[in-house]
Order: sequence, then structure tokens, then C-alpha cells
Amino acid sequence: MIRSDILKELAPTIAEHLVVCNIGLPSQELHLIDDRATNFYMLGTMGLASSIGLGLALAQDKKVISIDGDGSVLTNFGTLPTIANNVADNFILLIIDNGSYGSTGDQPTYAGRKTSLAAVAEACGCENVVECRAEDTVQAVKDAIASDKMTIIVSKCESGNIKVPVITMDPVTIRDRFMGAVKA
Amino acid sequence: MDINARIVSDMVANDISFVTTVPCKQLAGVIDAVDASPDIYHIPSNKEDEGMGLCAGAFMGGKRPAIIMQNTAIGVTINTLVTLTQFYRMPLPMLISYRGELGEPVACQVEMAVHTKALLAQLNIPTYHFHREEDVEELDKILKYTFMCNKPVAILTDASFWKGY
Repeated sequence: MIRSDILKELAPTIAEHLVVCNIGLPSQELHLIDDRATNFYMLGTMGLASSIGLGLALAQDKKVISIDGDGSVLTNFGTLPTIANNVADNFILLIIDNGSYGSTGDQPTYAGRKTSLAAVAEACGCENVVECRAEDTVQAVKDAIASDKMTIIVSKCESGNIKVPVITMDPVTIRDRFMGAVKA
Repeated sequence: MDINARIVSDMVANDISFVTTVPCKQLAGVIDAVDASPDIYHIPSNKEDEGMGLCAGAFMGGKRPAIIMQNTAIGVTINTLVTLTQFYRMPLPMLISYRGELGEPVACQVEMAVHTKALLAQLNIPTYHFHREEDVEELDKILKYTFMCNKPVAILTDASFWKGY
């Protein structure tokens, strides 16, 4: 399974929740698969999906799922201690770990080699860390939603991309629509 | 009221309730005051771009955020300021220690100080410079302005303002 397969399977499970989606192909794929007002698409700023999601979860009560990637978490490693030390039980960080920088041509990341993001998250103090196979991602997310505990999920999948169009929606429209869904 | 309490009081009066900080020696007192405020959720961040991500999320969640950081952070955060805060048009008051100005004992700080205002100008970020203690009188208006126009706004605070390094 590649990331877009996971997103297709996952879409119905996350549809009713606030989703902050990583820059590049992940956002483009989610936008193509199931565009919703509850989705915040990052059009730039690699690495900050987890930070935006945590800030959002701390600011209000609805469940927030940040869909991140291994490359992006490596870019913003400081996020894991911040998450661990500012527990928001309405926050789920889903790291789709395909061991590569997918949006830029599948260059390998260190997470696909010696570095375990799940072990790093635990070492940073995150309390509910789940590493799963791509096939088990939907169940892991369902379990995390049901647990009402802040959870970090590392979903190990294959690298690979599908052809998707870029998102042409204006960023202020994305943000305004999303804030409407947050308040609804 | 001391200067740190005054700054936090103006923040709270403007409904700022989510503040992220990356420390600087000049900012130690105001960071302590933020941390002690019952009206503010203080979330230290490990890098300033991470902090701006947290602030973007908090803003979309209905809170008014602010970031407290050193001017060296301008070098760290240009991409985030441009592609997140400005691109999505979000407000962000940035209380910034302006290291490398008169009274600075560390030569390396001057290297970033000479670029600070030029970079902020290049980014079209409204910039205010607090040099004398009474300059803090403008803070309330600057905060109102920031949340009126939905832009990042810089408040540079130098060593003279803080009465020394």
C-alpha cells in the first residue's frame, strides 16, 4: 500500500473530524479523494502540520487529526517534545511513514533506514505511540479516536505516488472555510 | 506596574490567550510573566517556525496567539512567515528582542541586528521599535492593529528599552 491507498481507506473515518494535512502530495491526494471544509490543506511550509494541529487541538475541543509524513517530521523534529509536554487528548498525529520524500521524487529519508520515528516519539515523552502496517492504519486511527487520548500513529507504508492535480483554491478561502467548520 | 507585567496585561486585555516563546536573556522577565499569567496558555517551542505553526493552529481554533522570540529568529522563520502566516492571512504579534543594538556585549548578535529591519521591510511586515520605556504605551494599539489587519507584526525591543542586557 502507498500513501494514497491509505488516504482512500481512511477518508470515511476522518470525515467528521478536523484534519490538518501535510504539504504537497498528501494534501493534493486528500483534496482529490474527499475535499471537505474540515480539511486544512497546507500549500507550503514543510514540517508544520503537527504544530498547526497541536495548536488547533489546544485551542478548542473538537478532535484534530494531523496527517504528516516521515520527511516532514524529520524537518520539524522539535515538534515531538512539544507534543509530549503539551498533552491534548483531542489530538492525533498520524505519520504516514513511506521512508521517502514523496512529493520531491521519492528520495529516501533516514526514517526508512536506521531511524525509528515511533522510538523517537517515545523517547520524547509521547505516551500513546502506535506503529502499524499500512493495512492496519484505519483501525489504529479508529482506536485512537475512541480512546480520547492523544496518540501518535506511525503507519509504515510503501513509497509511491499517484498523479494528482495541484490545489488551486485560494489559501484564504481554505482557511476561512476551515475556520467555519471549526466553529460549526 | 513593571514593564513585564504591563506587556502581559496589554496582551490579556487584547484577548491574547496562547503564547509561544523561544527564550532570550532580554526576554526572561516577560517570559516569566507570561508563564505566570492564569489567562495565557504558555507553550514554549523549540524553534520559532514551529512556534508560528502552533500559533496558526491556535488562531484557527479561535484563540488569539502571540510569539515572543529573538531577532535571530527572523532568519529562521522567513519561509513560515511568507507561506503560512502571510499566505493564509493570519494575525501574529511578534514581540522580538532586538539583540545587537547599543549596549550589546556579544559581537555576533550585531551580525543579525544589521539585517533585522531590512528583512522585516523586505517581507512587508509592519515593524515598531521600542527604545524608551514609554514606547510600551503603543503596545495596546499595535495589538489591536495586528488583529484588525490579520498580518504578522513585529515589535522590536532593544537593550535600552529593557534597561540593559
